[in-house]
Amino acid sequence: MARVMLEVRDLTTKYITRYKEDVYAVDHVSLKIEEGKTLGIAGESGCGKSTLALSLMGYYFPPLHYMSGEIIIDGQNITGMKPDDVRKSILGREIAYIPQAAMNALNPTRKVIDFIGDVVRAHDPTWTKKMIYDHARSLFERLGLPAEVLQKYPVELSGGMKQRTVIAVAVTLTPKVLIADEPSSALDVTSQKMVIKMLRDLMESGFIKAMIFITHELPLLYNVADDIMVMYAGQIVESASAKQAVFDPLHPYSKGLMGSIIVPESGLRNVKLVAIPGAPPNLKNPPPGCRFAERCKYVQAECKVTSVPLYEVGYNRAYRCILSETELRRAYEHGE
Amino acid sequence: MASSGNLCLSGTGVTKVFGFGRHRTLAVDHVDFAFHEGEIISIVGESGSGKTTLAKMLLGLISVTEGEIYFQGKKRDISSGRKKKEYWRNIQAIFQDPFSAYNTFHKIDAVLLDCIKLRGGGGLPKEEKVRLMTEACSFVNLKYAELTNKYPFELSGGQMQRLMIARIFLLKPKILIADEPTSMIDACSRATILDYLMKLRDETGMTLIFITHDIGLAYYVSDTVYIMEHGRFVESGSADEVILHPKQPYTRRLISDVPKIYEEWDLSTV
Amino acid sequence: MKHTLNQVFHSGKFLVGFTILMTVLVIVFVYPLIVRTPPLQIIGQGTFFPPGIYVSTYDAINAPTVYTLNLPDAEARRIANRLTQEDRIAMKEWLVAFGVPEEEIDIDDTAQLLAQWEANYDPNLRLPGMTFARHRYFQRVNASIDGLLSTEGAIIAARNPETGELTEKSIVKQTDFANVNDIANVRILTLGTDNFGRDVTTQLVAAAGVSLLIGLVAGLIATTIGLVLGLMAGYIGGVVDDVIMFVTNLFTVIPTFVLLILISFSIGQDRRGAVTIAIVIGFTSWVWTARAVRSQVFSLRNRDHVNLSKLSGHPLPRIIFADILPYIASYVVMAFILQISSGILAEAGLSILGLGPRTTETPTLGLMMNWAMIYQAHILGKWWAYMPVLLTIALITFSMNLMNTGLDQVFNPALRD
Repeated sequence: MARVMLEVRDLTTKYITRYKEDVYAVDHVSLKIEEGKTLGIAGESGCGKSTLALSLMGYYFPPLHYMSGEIIIDGQNITGMKPDDVRKSILGREIAYIPQAAMNALNPTRKVIDFIGDVVRAHDPTWTKKMIYDHARSLFERLGLPAEVLQKYPVELSGGMKQRTVIAVAVTLTPKVLIADEPSSALDVTSQKMVIKMLRDLMESGFIKAMIFITHELPLLYNVADDIMVMYAGQIVESASAKQAVFDPLHPYSKGLMGSIIVPESGLRNVKLVAIPGAPPNLKNPPPGCRFAERCKYVQAECKVTSVPLYEVGYNRAYRCILSETELRRAYEHGE
Repeated sequence: MASSGNLCLSGTGVTKVFGFGRHRTLAVDHVDFAFHEGEIISIVGESGSGKTTLAKMLLGLISVTEGEIYFQGKKRDISSGRKKKEYWRNIQAIFQDPFSAYNTFHKIDAVLLDCIKLRGGGGLPKEEKVRLMTEACSFVNLKYAELTNKYPFELSGGQMQRLMIARIFLLKPKILIADEPTSMIDACSRATILDYLMKLRDETGMTLIFITHDIGLAYYVSDTVYIMEHGRFVESGSADEVILHPKQPYTRRLISDVPKIYEEWDLSTV
Repeated sequence: MKHTLNQVFHSGKFLVGFTILMTVLVIVFVYPLIVRTPPLQIIGQGTFFPPGIYVSTYDAINAPTVYTLNLPDAEARRIANRLTQEDRIAMKEWLVAFGVPEEEIDIDDTAQLLAQWEANYDPNLRLPGMTFARHRYFQRVNASIDGLLSTEGAIIAARNPETGELTEKSIVKQTDFANVNDIANVRILTLGTDNFGRDVTTQLVAAAGVSLLIGLVAGLIATTIGLVLGLMAGYIGGVVDDVIMFVTNLFTVIPTFVLLILISFSIGQDRRGAVTIAIVIGFTSWVWTARAVRSQVFSLRNRDHVNLSKLSGHPLPRIIFADILPYIASYVVMAFILQISSGILAEAGLSILGLGPRTTETPTLGLMMNWAMIYQAHILGKWWAYMPVLLTIALITFSMNLMNTGLDQVFNPALRD
């Protein structure tokens, strides 16, 4: 078995709102990523994708609070480490995070080299300007980015280049795991492809060892990820290989998500799209049973009262539904 | 189907220039088009291609710098407020961001009542108005009784977009321009919105013009596709023709850059 | 709307500012109902009477009832009031210079000191090395302590109108007291009088009212002009925008205050009333409102809800009033409040330079400052002539800025903590 780069066991984190209400945005999530693999996380907005990404780094600040669970990065358990130690020795070195819309949050008065300098100095303040420049230059060379970008301001860069620069800044300290939250959703298709190419190159050259890729664009996720985890209302409802998740989803929610894929390919013009009515539940007060029950076509009386565990089926596959695999497949065949 | 109906909206040499002198930018550059009654058209382009500017010209929200737009075969005349109002009985729009498309100071009833008034139903008795509004809401699976006295921002994005369709249901225009109607809402709600739009079109036989950057969406919904680059139409034709067998390099590149499910997504061509 | 108002009145800052302003307003309206003298009536002969309670001496003597109070410390207080510590030291100095042995003089023993003084002092004797001013000073001290230890009382005499003879009418004894309630004329001058002998308190209240009016008129004018120009430039755009922005930019680069001075000066002193000044201020301070409104309207105009309103066939005035104005209303209200307070400050600035309103009935805060400055109240240490005015200006502008910040926090959620 390949080396496990990131393992998360039963992680639960919550937000405490201004009105002192608890919102469990990540609810008993477990996952495992092996070396060289990309894990994709799918789900509607507000289902906890981005919160999970934040929680995975083990660095919490209000309103996000850690509740329970363990995070192990390449054999090192970072649970219970002091926030300051996490910031100094884990963030950027072991695990790096590219937040959503990061490219639009760059300080417009500073050059690209300054952002890299900030990252380097946060971990080792003794670096000189020259050392930082040399490091940045060789980094950009390895990533296939032009070195003159280092001396430019964010406004001088195109969207695609800005996003690739953000990735370069994130991997400055060669982290083992990279978490990318919607890194390409605001970009044109061509720039999106360049960003994805860069991420794939990073993985293939072993620059980063594993990646978590978050997006709501399923065709993209399918092409980038090896495994896909579908989240709904803070929980994992299905995890499977990318192929299985897209072509043979088990959970009714995944089925709905995959049924809404539109791609410009022949034969896909007149397929009926699956619509999921309703909206995700309010996590301040989640329903006691299955959280998807309200919107589920195949809902049973039992679903609304008993909570459903994640059933493991075969290697690397799990889903959260009281119906069996065969029951679900039969339902889908007849339902459509 | 594409060229079977009568000409509904067409244009020759339609051009829009913003600014002048050094700041002069050519947003839409001499485009010709012919949309037929009952047709579903997609205008596809990347950001900055001028597709939204073109949509606004079609709607008559901004002036046309050069060229002529024809409505039902006749030169479009929107020179006065009254004529504009008349034109807007025939052409309506759904906008990209449902959160900014409503006046947050007005209740939902006001939005729907406006539509009834524009259709000349201002003098109807109150019960009749309520009946119309209830009908429109139930068309998009919303309950009027729950919406009355609410403000648009109290709804979710998907619900707001559905309300927008309810509005169109009341107005029953001949042409509907949908400017990125699904890009700000979740994938699952997207199917719902498209369903309602298609249902509405089947009922009213209106011409539907999608303005979008999503080639997948364009392929899925439309009869005719126009590909726009730098203010010009580089390619147009039936959806199958343009998307599955593109002739222009730009179209080919655009389509090859979209991640797909069955075909290999070739990353080496960047 | 109701919800917003509710939020506004739950903002601490707004509430404090609002309370201060309301208090000022209540005083401005209620005070004239109680004190009915015109604010600029000259009541004092002389300049800068200090704050205090003024009792008519004549009426005190002629009070209907005379009470006898035997207060043990009455004499000591009387002497202390007339004979200061400074005087005592000076008296000792004179006596020593005259030749009285220093150890025999005890300045705290008033009776002994006065006795020694009585025995030795000669008003005509000028000691060697003493300046003339010092010589006169001792003569004054001598006069003031004359009869200080007397227990005789003062004789009140009336002059016979025909013969000119003085007839003794009564004796006012040291132990005689009059009840203040019995005295016909008592005037409380909380803040004393100014250089012309006018009651500062009455003047201040009237001035605050007039200044608020000036601020209000100036604010209304500036906000209206700014709003109209901003709306036109932002919504219509094109050539209209270019022309309006040209004028606005012109006004931006000319320092407003210089313009204000020039206009006030050219109007001429005779025609400069309070409202005229307010109008002048209003016409010179609309620039920033116009610019801000324009840029807000500019971004609003392209919002989809405005497009939707157009597509619904609404006429232009309705779009402006229903789809644009409500979105900038909060901003305009805030700008208006700031314009009022800056109008008050502008009037103060102008008046200090002597270019304020010319008025014989009503003062303004700026005029009061101007008078205090011209008559050198600050050099003479007559703080009551300018300090309360300064505080009032500060309080009014502070309360308005506070209201503004409070509103800002309500309307701009990013500023909420």
